[in-house]
Amino acid sequence: MSKEYEMVIGLEVHVELATKTKIFCGCSTAFGGAPNTHTCPVCTGMPGSLPVLNRQVVEYAMAVGLAANCSITRHCKFDRKNYFYPDNPQNYQISQLYLPICRNGGVEIETSAGKKTVRIHEIHMEEDAGKLIHDEWGDCSLVDYNRSGVPLIEIVSEPDMRSAEEVIAYLEKLRMMIQYLGASDCKLNEGSMRADVNLSVRELGAKEFGTRTEMKNLNSFKAIARAIENEKNRQIDLLEDGKKVVQETRRWDDLKEYSYAMRSKEDAQDYRYFPEPDLVPLVISQEWVEEVKSRQPEFQEEKMERYKKEYGLPEYDARILTGSKYLADFFEDAVKLCKKPKKVSNWLMGETMRLLKEREMEPDDIHFSPENLARLIDLTEEGSINGTVAKEVFEKIFDEDIDPVSYVEKQGLKTVNDAEELRTTIAQVIQDNPQSVADYRNGKEKAIGFLVGQTMKAMKGKANPGMVNQILKELL
Amino acid sequence: MKEIRNLTALQLAEKIKRREISVAEGVLASLEQINSAESRINSYVTLDEEGALEQAARIQKQIDSGELTGPLAGVPAAIKDNLCTEGMRTTCSSKILANFVPPYTAEAVRNLKKAGAVILGKTNMDEFAMGSTTETSAFGITRNPWNLDHVPGGSSGGSCAAVAAGECFFALGSDTGGSIRQPASFCGVTGLKPTYGTVSRYGLVAYGSSLDQIGPVAKDVSDCAAVLEAIASYDRKDSTSLNREDTDFAAALKDDVRGMKIGIPRDYLGEGLEPEVKSAVLTAAQALEKKGAYVEEFDLSLAEYAIPAYYVIACAEASSNLARFDGVKYGYRSKEYEGLHQMYKKSRSEGFGPEVKRRIMLGSFVLSSGYYDAYYLKALRTKALIKQAFDRAFEKYDIILGPAAPTTAPEIGKSLQDPLKMYLGDIYTVSVNLAGLPAMTLPCGLDAKGLPIGLQLIGDCFQEKKILQAAYAYEQTREWKSCPALEECGNGFAAESLSKSASEQGTEGFEKERAMKIASEQEAGA
Repeated sequence: MSKEYEMVIGLEVHVELATKTKIFCGCSTAFGGAPNTHTCPVCTGMPGSLPVLNRQVVEYAMAVGLAANCSITRHCKFDRKNYFYPDNPQNYQISQLYLPICRNGGVEIETSAGKKTVRIHEIHMEEDAGKLIHDEWGDCSLVDYNRSGVPLIEIVSEPDMRSAEEVIAYLEKLRMMIQYLGASDCKLNEGSMRADVNLSVRELGAKEFGTRTEMKNLNSFKAIARAIENEKNRQIDLLEDGKKVVQETRRWDDLKEYSYAMRSKEDAQDYRYFPEPDLVPLVISQEWVEEVKSRQPEFQEEKMERYKKEYGLPEYDARILTGSKYLADFFEDAVKLCKKPKKVSNWLMGETMRLLKEREMEPDDIHFSPENLARLIDLTEEGSINGTVAKEVFEKIFDEDIDPVSYVEKQGLKTVNDAEELRTTIAQVIQDNPQSVADYRNGKEKAIGFLVGQTMKAMKGKANPGMVNQILKELL
Repeated sequence: MKEIRNLTALQLAEKIKRREISVAEGVLASLEQINSAESRINSYVTLDEEGALEQAARIQKQIDSGELTGPLAGVPAAIKDNLCTEGMRTTCSSKILANFVPPYTAEAVRNLKKAGAVILGKTNMDEFAMGSTTETSAFGITRNPWNLDHVPGGSSGGSCAAVAAGECFFALGSDTGGSIRQPASFCGVTGLKPTYGTVSRYGLVAYGSSLDQIGPVAKDVSDCAAVLEAIASYDRKDSTSLNREDTDFAAALKDDVRGMKIGIPRDYLGEGLEPEVKSAVLTAAQALEKKGAYVEEFDLSLAEYAIPAYYVIACAEASSNLARFDGVKYGYRSKEYEGLHQMYKKSRSEGFGPEVKRRIMLGSFVLSSGYYDAYYLKALRTKALIKQAFDRAFEKYDIILGPAAPTTAPEIGKSLQDPLKMYLGDIYTVSVNLAGLPAMTLPCGLDAKGLPIGLQLIGDCFQEKKILQAAYAYEQTREWKSCPALEECGNGFAAESLSKSASEQGTEGFEKERAMKIASEQEAGA
């Protein structure tokens, strides 16, 4: 490469809001459910049906906008975006084009390159489409309207990002904010958060933007990073060859690690936008804005500082724990029960994180309860079980959310603290392992470890290691 | 039966209340007339004889027990076929919905049922309410009961013809650009379009969403007021529904117009208005003047911009509202196609009639990029200006009086060849929809051919009571002339053979027979 290029990236992020019912009707938004069971005349586009706006959707949209430092459009309205597709029951989508609910905000991100603000152009409300399932054997497509009408907000950024790292940081920040607000669970792999990447390249130092492409079907952060790298190279190669980048939408295939064009500029759709006549303009009073603002929760930075002060946690721990609202809430609930913040933190940062990674889960997927973790901590504190046993029991808690107290009782895992019982076993171990005993007596300190291990083995792990060590030393 | 047929809705309900007539008798009177007249008029797309008699039995019980006491309890009514009725086919007189049975009922119809009306069936209309003659229906034309060679008007032609011919005691229609008022005037009956938002649009198959309203078609002003009162309601399922407290419309029926200021727009009396119509309308104004009203002409202005603004807005909204008819979820789907786009194209091309297609294309065009500002946006601004012109007029006048249409009912087959000319016939009615105002038409005379002439009264927003009062007062000055079709019953071979088939084959056979009869008639005559 003779020239140096930089990437210019903007993101369009769709977020499925966690309301109980759809944006324009009272159907349930619950995930799953047999096809076409969460439907009604409105979300299936029956003749004569009319939309009615869900107030909670507006409040979530406002909350996200305020958290992203946007101004709230006090007179906003809805518009129809007209296009034909079977997952779109009315063949128009009710969205907001002319007067979106939030405008002109910004989100601060931090990367290895430092701090930066990614500006937000606008946030608007719209409805989701249904799901199409293509039946390969039957040579037909099936439509499920359960998802039709689920509320979405679309967050459109300015093209302020310059690297994949910045893109990931931006998405993580958005996700954290939205999760903290309870507005959505923002799971890329489940589709409650969808990111479309608009990317162009230009020579370093150039003032003009290059032609951009839009990429879709990016279902994980890794896929996003791969797609960005791939597209950057593809565009640079084109330009280096003297060719032009075509403005188009491309679909990313993560398995094959390449993208292909979906629609070209020639097929560009004219959506014939016009104001939605079945909905009246939305007037948002100052009082309403203030009320939503007042309900804003403590965000990550604040929480982190509070954890450092209140619980005496180091910065690193506080950051990890507050990285997910779910994890932070879990932490606080557990601490309320057992009053041992450092212990809870250790269990979450240690064993929990290890098992999450092993099982390829996210913190939000944790399905054991703070109560059971608190009970486990209490058990170890009283000395009822030792460290090794605790780890075993914890794994059971992690997978099945068992009650550690009754489990330990049933399995007979209590640590043996009875010195007499231990002496007997240890005496036996000493007898059975003359070589190690000799090694120890000859100055090899480490040999005692082997003897402790043998004792633990004989005691089926239920001995108090400290005591074992003590008694061994005594007897030797 | 003839005596029953000639009663108004309120008179019938009163007799039912006093046990002089049973609900079933009222229904049978309508059914008998339908049997006799339908082969010639074709007001109904779907007739539910069995259901009507079942309803009659149930409603009779509720009246007897004192559960139903309203002024319309037990009265048979017909519903325009663009209002959804659960379990009963709702076609909008279109092939694309020929087999569509809605899973729910329109709010206005639910209100009627709550009031104890008996639903006889669904009436014929211009396809998707697009037309002024009921000739664009996919289920055959409806003929004007006053003269079978003439149209009943549109798009609520079936509803108005049914009321005029005594095939029901009142009906519901819909009005987007005059679709209740014009056919009511052509058929010599009374029709009313309320202030936008007064009657819920939930369940009304949308044509021009910002203009559509459901309204009553009845034999006189009192009936209209009663029906309007029954169907008006605040409906949370319709975001454009108003919460009005002044819906006791029957209270406005006072024979008193003293001091009422009535304005007649000079713009409406110019070229294009038939002399007979002009004369009848001005005579009606004089009658009100004699009763103590102040009548004068004034300049409304912007009259010539109403039609283009209306057609741009209505077609734009319609092009989007009708996009849902795609053969995917319900309705007509083409039998053979390869791939999605062909299915869309063929289903819609085969399912829609030419007028519907014309308006969808027009609407898509005015919304398309590059043209949006020049057409749609401009039309919206014109709409606002027209409303302002009316606001200024209503500062001076209580009501505005004028004709409902420039002519009486045209002959069948003469209108569709020149759509533009047909559109221009809406000149007196469309601005009312653009401004969202209430307006009604009632008969004010006959032309030389014996065809009815209609008088239109327009009120300011929420002023239904004023126009009802003026209409009522005017009505008292006239002899009520009933349509000749009402005089005939059971005459002629056609009617007799139909009745026999009906009892042999049931309602389905009746419909098939009727369709065949009409087809052969159209071949032979029109």
